[in-house]
Amino acid sequence: MILVRLLPAGVVGLILFFLAFPIVVVTVVSFSTASYLTFPPPAFGLRWYEAYFGSADWLKPTWVSLWVAAAVVVLATTLGTLAALGITRLPRPLRVFATGLILSPLIVPGIVVAIGIYYAYSRYGLVGTPIAMVLAHTCLAVPFVVTSVTASLAGLDPRLEQAALSLGATPGATFWQVTLPLIRPGVLVGALFAFITSFDELIVALFISGTGAVTLPRRMWDDLRFQIDPTIAAVSTLTIVLTAVLMGCAHFLRKRSQA
Amino acid sequence: MSEIVQPAPIAVPMGAARIMSFDWRRAVPFLLTAPLLVYMLVFYALPVLAMLLRSLNDPTWSFAHYAALFEDVVFAKTFWTTFNTSVTVTAGCLLLGYPVALGLVRAKTLAPLILIVILLPFWTSVLVRSYAWMVLLGRHGLINEALLALGMIDRPLRILNTSLATQIAMIHILLPYMILPIANALRQIDPSLIRAASGLGASPFMTFRQVILPLSMSGVAAGTLLTFVLALGFYITPAMVGGPRDITLSMLIADQVEHLNWGYAATLSAVLLATALVLIAAARRLPGVGNAFRMSMK
Repeated sequence: MILVRLLPAGVVGLILFFLAFPIVVVTVVSFSTASYLTFPPPAFGLRWYEAYFGSADWLKPTWVSLWVAAAVVVLATTLGTLAALGITRLPRPLRVFATGLILSPLIVPGIVVAIGIYYAYSRYGLVGTPIAMVLAHTCLAVPFVVTSVTASLAGLDPRLEQAALSLGATPGATFWQVTLPLIRPGVLVGALFAFITSFDELIVALFISGTGAVTLPRRMWDDLRFQIDPTIAAVSTLTIVLTAVLMGCAHFLRKRSQA
Repeated sequence: MSEIVQPAPIAVPMGAARIMSFDWRRAVPFLLTAPLLVYMLVFYALPVLAMLLRSLNDPTWSFAHYAALFEDVVFAKTFWTTFNTSVTVTAGCLLLGYPVALGLVRAKTLAPLILIVILLPFWTSVLVRSYAWMVLLGRHGLINEALLALGMIDRPLRILNTSLATQIAMIHILLPYMILPIANALRQIDPSLIRAASGLGASPFMTFRQVILPLSMSGVAAGTLLTFVLALGFYITPAMVGGPRDITLSMLIADQVEHLNWGYAATLSAVLLATALVLIAAARRLPGVGNAFRMSMK
């Protein structure tokens, strides 16, 4: 009887192991001292982290990725928050069109977006520039901002804004002093998602980063074509930690704003 | 904003007022949304549409590219591989995802831990997760080393760069997209229904079969749809861990662009995009799916 009860838990445990194990292995391998991929590592050290932090070949793409992602956060959060404030009040046909357009990057296959952007941007000489990366990544990041801000707006009591307006606040003051503080968690979650979306993005980068705006995922991809030395494991671990921390923040913010 | 009821204006000269005062408040939603819409059109939608148009006007206006697909052996094989992989991966995700969703909803103290285990890989980039599978499945990878050490095999199995590797890695990557909508649907089941079923003498299996499973179908449908549509467009994972002959539609498109074969690449893109959109449009009509789908996108 106890076996029958434990069986489902065991199955779930195994599947969870399947989910977590690859991430754990990459993390462990990154601390290996061996010069090739082997598991378990013969000894532990920071050799591959030193290789990463000591190499301009790795640090330059890292900076490109960080700067691009930071610019995407500013652009996507601004445009996305403004749109979220307006979109629910649009007349129906336009609202359906706007929602479809804004959310479509979540559905349209990545390769279709990537080659479309490559096709058009290359005519205007944008390929290989960080600006092109920012312009393209913003489109991919915006859906997350709009959904996140729309969700916080839905939980907003409209009487608070009405009260501010009826007490004589200008629409601008109402936005800055009442609406924005109330939806701030949603805006921040959107911004975090925008950052990660850009920082992790590879397919568009493969086509438009050229030689002038090589991002970190693009650099990893190029490296994997020739070898799989453990430096990539170290880079992967660093990005896993970065995304986990940012997403943890997002999760915490969202939970708190729901409570 | 709700309309504020105002007394009818009495002494306003009607005609003049209508011309003079353009109602700014009604324009606000448009002004707020316009920057993003213009941005998305200019930097994303029009580029993609311009590229897709190449399928119709390269070199002259005709449906020749589409007509040629019907006799195109490479396309047929690629489409089959893509479709086949997506079906296998979706089935695998459903098989592995449902028990986890059930476990997540049932667990009380362990629930946050289970959620972290689901979300941590979910948040990790596709590139890193595909790399992880290269490390695990390679010739000298962990799986082969372990099997050799245990004496179960004499020489390393070839797993990396086969369709099996693609399927394993894709299931790993897409599993959370299946788990989360199902868990969402399971969470919305009224617990009193389950208590009623067992109170009326149903065995746990009967309760599952006749109460829980039917009520979670909207989540299953949403998760299946989401997983399948995302699987159709996969590029990075099959290119990294897949077999050299298992070309997916996305890989063929990338390859054609590298050869500047825009007419063909655009045609394939249109087919891929249309397949995804048709599936979504069809599935959204199923009761409950639209809602569960929207929730899972958040």
